[in-house]
Amino acid sequence: MTKINNDSLAVAALKDGTVIDRINPEVIFKVVDLLNIPNLKNSVTIGVNLDSKHMGKKGIIKVADMFFDEETLNRIALIAPQAKVNEIRNYNVTSKRHVSLPDDIIDIVRCNNPKCITNNEPMKTLFHVVDRNPVTLCCHYCEHKVDHNELTLK
Amino acid sequence: MSNKSLVSINDLSKEEILDLIEKASHFEQNPNRDILAGKVVATLFFEPSTRTRLSFETAVNRLGGRVIGFSDASTTSSSKGETLKDTIMMVSNYADLIVMRHHIEGAARYASEFAPVPIINAGDGANQHPSQTMLDLYSINKTQGTLYDLTITMVGDLKYGRTVHSLLMAMRHFRPRFNFVACNELQMPLEYKEFCQANGIEYHEYRDFSEEVINETDILYMTRVQRERFTDLLEYERVKNLYNLHNSMLDNSKPNLRVLHPLPRVNEISYDVDDNPKAYYIQQAKNGLYARQAIICRALGIDC
Ligand SMILES: Nc1ncnc2c1ncn2[C@@H]1O[C@H](COP(=O)(O)OP(=O)(O)O)[C@@H](O)[C@H]1O
Ligand SMILES: [Mg+2]
Ligand SMILES: [Zn+2]
Repeated sequence: MTKINNDSLAVAALKDGTVIDRINPEVIFKVVDLLNIPNLKNSVTIGVNLDSKHMGKKGIIKVADMFFDEETLNRIALIAPQAKVNEIRNYNVTSKRHVSLPDDIIDIVRCNNPKCITNNEPMKTLFHVVDRNPVTLCCHYCEHKVDHNELTLK
Repeated sequence: MSNKSLVSINDLSKEEILDLIEKASHFEQNPNRDILAGKVVATLFFEPSTRTRLSFETAVNRLGGRVIGFSDASTTSSSKGETLKDTIMMVSNYADLIVMRHHIEGAARYASEFAPVPIINAGDGANQHPSQTMLDLYSINKTQGTLYDLTITMVGDLKYGRTVHSLLMAMRHFRPRFNFVACNELQMPLEYKEFCQANGIEYHEYRDFSEEVINETDILYMTRVQRERFTDLLEYERVKNLYNLHNSMLDNSKPNLRVLHPLPRVNEISYDVDDNPKAYYIQQAKNGLYARQAIICRALGIDC
């Protein structure tokens, strides 16, 4: 367990909750969206353009009193593959892990093909991950490829 | 749900492809058999297509089954805003099998996930058209006596032509060698060239449709170059006649060479080729009947 180092806490300390660290600042609001943060009751602190020794500038999201399930966290890998998830309990970092992209992405991404059935019928989208670095997805239905830089969330 | 659906040629294993070819050859010997007596097949053509629909309906009729359906979506409830799911579920109440063509890509895959009866994809926009690929494979096997170790030259629109993409992928089992002949704008897309590399398939690209390439070819697969595919209309005017086949170009070709085309053709094969015994495109379309009879029986689990 890591003891908190108050010097490194650029934003408010949490007693309990989740810190999602090392988010590319350009995609931070996409991650906020993906985690449905505007609809949470919990208090949330969002930091952008913080100095990072790993990546120059970074973004960070701290959600008090909440621990996300693995599936939800792994969705983050779609847009912020280098993100790191820290769980805080009683001011201590009790677990740290990297997000990892699942093989199938269910109902998160929109297909960019306007002629795809998923854009023409009330249904879930499904993509298969065909490449991880950088991320490339293939629509299960119309078989169009979606590149990491053209990802749009549903 | 119904795993006997056929949505994409890539869903079939090599063994299943060979099995379908063998079954189709039985139907070629005897296309009129009463094995679909009591069965109702729905042909739902949300997008019109005369050729494919006639071929499927003939296949059912010659096997003693009955056909219901529509050939124009403007007369159906989908034009009133009904979902595809509702239409398919409704028709599933009446039919044992659904053959569908839709301009929306992925429509057949989606239908196959919830329909209580098997689905055969008769074309979903620019995506898949597996019965076309099966009849191409059947025609290649029949004219060459094998699917293995053939040199296949694809000519014309290699960028948008879904038939060439599906055929290329289906041939991966059979050690093919490909020549891709196309103008700059209609080259074989990178993803299919990468597919060849990943599968150890040799290919060569040409801008010129030369006799040199024709003369080493076993299967000459012609496709239509359509004006609406071009972003640069000057380029279209420059190339529109460069990928046309004339009879004299076949003078020194291999005796086993056959000319295939998914039809309809416009002027990419001149009419003087029709009487050449190497012209196979009309017979190829006829083979579609047998291939579809085999596909229908597989979908219904009928041993034939
Ligand atoms: N109690 C806490 N409340 C809020 N944030 C914390 C707390 N403890 C650690 N953090 C944050 O969690 C992240 C991971 O912390 P740490 O293990 O110290 O650093 P790193 O993983 O960058 O080496 C850092 O962004 C740190 O600021
Ligand atoms: Mg840090
Ligand atoms: Zn799609």
